[in-house]
Parts: sequence; C-alpha cells; structure tokens
Amino acid sequence: MFRNQYDTDVTTWSPAGRLFQVEYAMEAVKQGSAAIGLRSKTHVVLACVNKANSELSSHQKKIFKVDDHIGVAIAGLTADGRVLSRYMRSECINYNYTYESPLPVGRLVVQLADKAQVCTQRSWKRPYGVGLLVGGLDESGAHLYYNCPSGNYFEYQAFAIGSRSQAAKTYLERRFQSFTDSTREDLIKDALIATRETLQGEKLRSSICTVAVMGVGEAFHILDQDNVQKLIDAFEIVGQDEAPAAEPDAAVPAEQGAPAEGGAGAGADAGAAPEVDVAPMDI
Amino acid sequence: MESNQANPSILCSPEGSQRTLYPYVTGTSVVALKYKDGILMAADMGGSYGSTLRYKSVERMKPIGKHSLLGASGEISDFQELLKYLDELVLYDNMWDDGNSLGPKEIHNYLTRVMYNRRNKFNPLWNSLVLGGVKNGEKYLGMVSMIGVNFEDNHVATGFGNHLARPILRDEWREDLSFEEGVKLLEKCMRVLLYRDRSAVNKLQIAKITGEGITISQPYSLKTFWGFSAFQNPTAGAEGSW
Repeated sequence: MFRNQYDTDVTTWSPAGRLFQVEYAMEAVKQGSAAIGLRSKTHVVLACVNKANSELSSHQKKIFKVDDHIGVAIAGLTADGRVLSRYMRSECINYNYTYESPLPVGRLVVQLADKAQVCTQRSWKRPYGVGLLVGGLDESGAHLYYNCPSGNYFEYQAFAIGSRSQAAKTYLERRFQSFTDSTREDLIKDALIATRETLQGEKLRSSICTVAVMGVGEAFHILDQDNVQKLIDAFEIVGQDEAPAAEPDAAVPAEQGAPAEGGAGAGADAGAAPEVDVAPMDI
Repeated sequence: MESNQANPSILCSPEGSQRTLYPYVTGTSVVALKYKDGILMAADMGGSYGSTLRYKSVERMKPIGKHSLLGASGEISDFQELLKYLDELVLYDNMWDDGNSLGPKEIHNYLTRVMYNRRNKFNPLWNSLVLGGVKNGEKYLGMVSMIGVNFEDNHVATGFGNHLARPILRDEWREDLSFEEGVKLLEKCMRVLLYRDRSAVNKLQIAKITGEGITISQPYSLKTFWGFSAFQNPTAGAEGSW
C-alpha cells in the first residue's frame, strides 16, 4: 500500500537523509530523450535526440537560444525547460540593458540553480522536472554547465543527460581530454557520435537530432537539418571504422530496425535505477 | 531663485512629494583625457553653496572597482549617493568571486541607466559625470549628463570645461600623449578654468588610471599670474556694458 512514507512532500526528509520528491524530479530528467554538450577552448556544441510522442506528431524543441552567447539543451519535462529558458532569456536581456555587456555564464547558472533550489524547500511547490545543459561563452572562455532539479550545478568539459545518456558519457569520458584543443568541426563530430551512442538500434539521421554551436566570433545558432545530414553522412564514413572500436554494441544495432521508442526509454531508466542507496543528488 | 524659474509651489501641491529642484552644494568642471597608457582626469576641490565658495577640500574623483575612475561635477550630495550605489554594486560584483568584473564600459552604462531613470521620475541626480577606465588594455572614457545623455570621446569636460577646455583639447590632444604631456595639457585647461570660472578654486587633484591601477594625486595649486592688464581693468574698452 505505502510504497514510501517519506515522499508525499518535497520538504520531508527520509530517515536516511534523502528528499524523495527531489530524487523523483531527477528521475524525470533521465526519462527525457538525451541531450549532449561538449566544449573546447573556443566553442561549445549542444546536441539532442528528438523523439516524437506519436507517429502523428512532430517532436518538441529541446535546444533553446538564450542569448547570442548562451544556449541551453534540456532533458525531462519540456514545459519546465521552456519556463526556465524564458527566465534565462529575461535575465540576459536585463543584464544587457543595465551594463550593455553579456551576462557571464557562471552567474546565470547560479541564479538558475538558486531558482531551482527554492522549489526543494517550499511545501507548496514542486521541483522542476528538467535537467539543463547550459553552454556559453564569456570573458573567461567557453563553459558548459549541468543544472539539476535539486538546485545543484556542475561545470563540465563534456556531459550527457537523459535516456541512455550513459552510453554517450562513456564515449565522452574516453575522448574528453582532447576536447580542449578540438576544432569546431571535431567538436560537432564528437557531439554527433555521442548522440548516436544514445540511440538504441536506430540510425542517426538529421531528422531525429538537433545540433547547436556557439563560439568565439560565432553567435549561438542551431545548425539546419540539411547541414547536419551532410555532416552525418561525412562522418559516418569515417565513423564506420571508429565506431566498433569505440562502442562495439552501438555500431551493430545501427543496421537493425528501430525498436519501439517508448520501450527504449523505459529500458534506459531501468538501467540507471539500481544504485538505490546512493543519493543521486550528488550524481 | 531667479524670476525666470518656475515657482515650485505651482508645480507641487503642498502634500505632494518634493524633488530636487535645484542643487545646493556644487562642484565645477571635471576635465579628462586619454593618453598613451590610460586616462588622466583633473578636478578642483571647491564646493560652492550657491555662488559662495563654501568648501575647499571636496574630493570629486573616486575609484570605482579596479578598472574605473569616476569624476563628478554638480550636486555633491547626489555624487555621494551615487558612490553609495556604486560601492554596493562593486561589492556585489566582487562577491561572485568568479573572475568576472565590471569594467568601465559596464559602469558607464549603469550610470547612464541610473541618471536617465531618475530624470524620468522627475527627480534627477544633479550631476555631470565623467567615467574613465582601462580594462584588458582597452582605454575607455565617457560622460553622462544629469538627464542621461551619454557619449564616449578621447577627451571630455563637464560644465564650464565644455566651453573653455574642450577647444584647447581639440587643438592639442594626441593619441600618444605621454604622462607628463597629459598632465601639462590638463593643467593648461585647469588654469584657464581657474581664471575664467568664478566657482573654480586653486586647489586641484589629478587622477591617473592605467592597467597598473589607480592613483589620485595629493591636492596642489597652480602658478597664476594676475598681472595681465585685462585682469587689472576688466571693463576697459567695454565702458558702460555692466
């Protein structure tokens, strides 16, 4: 009957020192389709997998422009993601109005985290059910942050969130040391390959992914679908040799037919769940 | 005050709020210029109560954070109010402790917004401000007026300086002015102002901002010569005009 005594309220502690509602919110991030971010010294690339809800519908947008120098990729509740993107946009505009200069990325991320934190400490609120990869440039260089529903935030060289993001993380962990000096093109390539890793059996096509770039002298923009397809085609040739070495089980299913997407999402969550005793707040 | 000014009692009902209708204690011109290594700024230390030279040691140039220097003419207490805002702003900026900091451009724009906002409330801060600074090797020099008009230039001056110093600066200013040449040029401007601006006093400071930091000089006086015949008999040749 009672699965859990301590999860009816965000502000209620479990005796083990956990906040279950907050952890459930972070579960929502894992259920969303994958989002990936990586950065070099001069560029940040965001990528995501687009999943349509049904055969009849289009997919939802998962990458948003915040300002010329900041962009965000989300996983989880898209609606919450849009609310937070709007907040970030207005913070950027207000800062720009007052100081006529771009808002430092780190500061925006702290403000965003503070906003998320408030929802974990008020009984009449709920945490945001969305994880945000915030990429941006400022006077201290290129940055990539992950903002979590718990109000925590972390800076990364490269990161992936959402369903089956572990496969992408594995790929990125193997490669991230070279990212600092990567060219823009290599960064996009790595983003696409990491995106491919999160697909189960499906072939990477421009119709199911979005890629966005920002860099020194290059304002944030989402690459258009034709160009993404061209890049995929160009990389896939090279990728054929690399992929088996990189992730043996990722390259093989690419040939097979795509399994049902809903089932795929559920599978990823089951895979991520087992660490029961670890408070996922510290990832 | 003068008959050509609107009577405040007509503008405000007795129970209505009072705004700054005229300044009380004012400072006169500030002159500033870019030179080879940064910005030089000069201002005297007089504070006039109306037309009375009431205070003689008013510091009208202050450092704002690490990269900016602010000089003000006009209402002294409004300047002090502004410094309070800026102190808080810079403190808050430092507290992020993230390697980002407000540069002169940001401060200048902030001041513009504050001044324009106050004038929109019909309660202006009665100042002309000069904002100079250096950040990342980039020199910056700009001005903001009481009503929020703002611009950047290679040399600027407020108040009487606009009429008496700017023409000199236009003639003699160069991009590659050395420190000594810059100071000399500023002193030339300040001397002219001292002679012709009745609210100027012969006690001034010169401030310097470069990539290395900010220094504001001790107060000092300029050498003057009042023996010119035009000074001894100013109405000669203009009999009956006053």
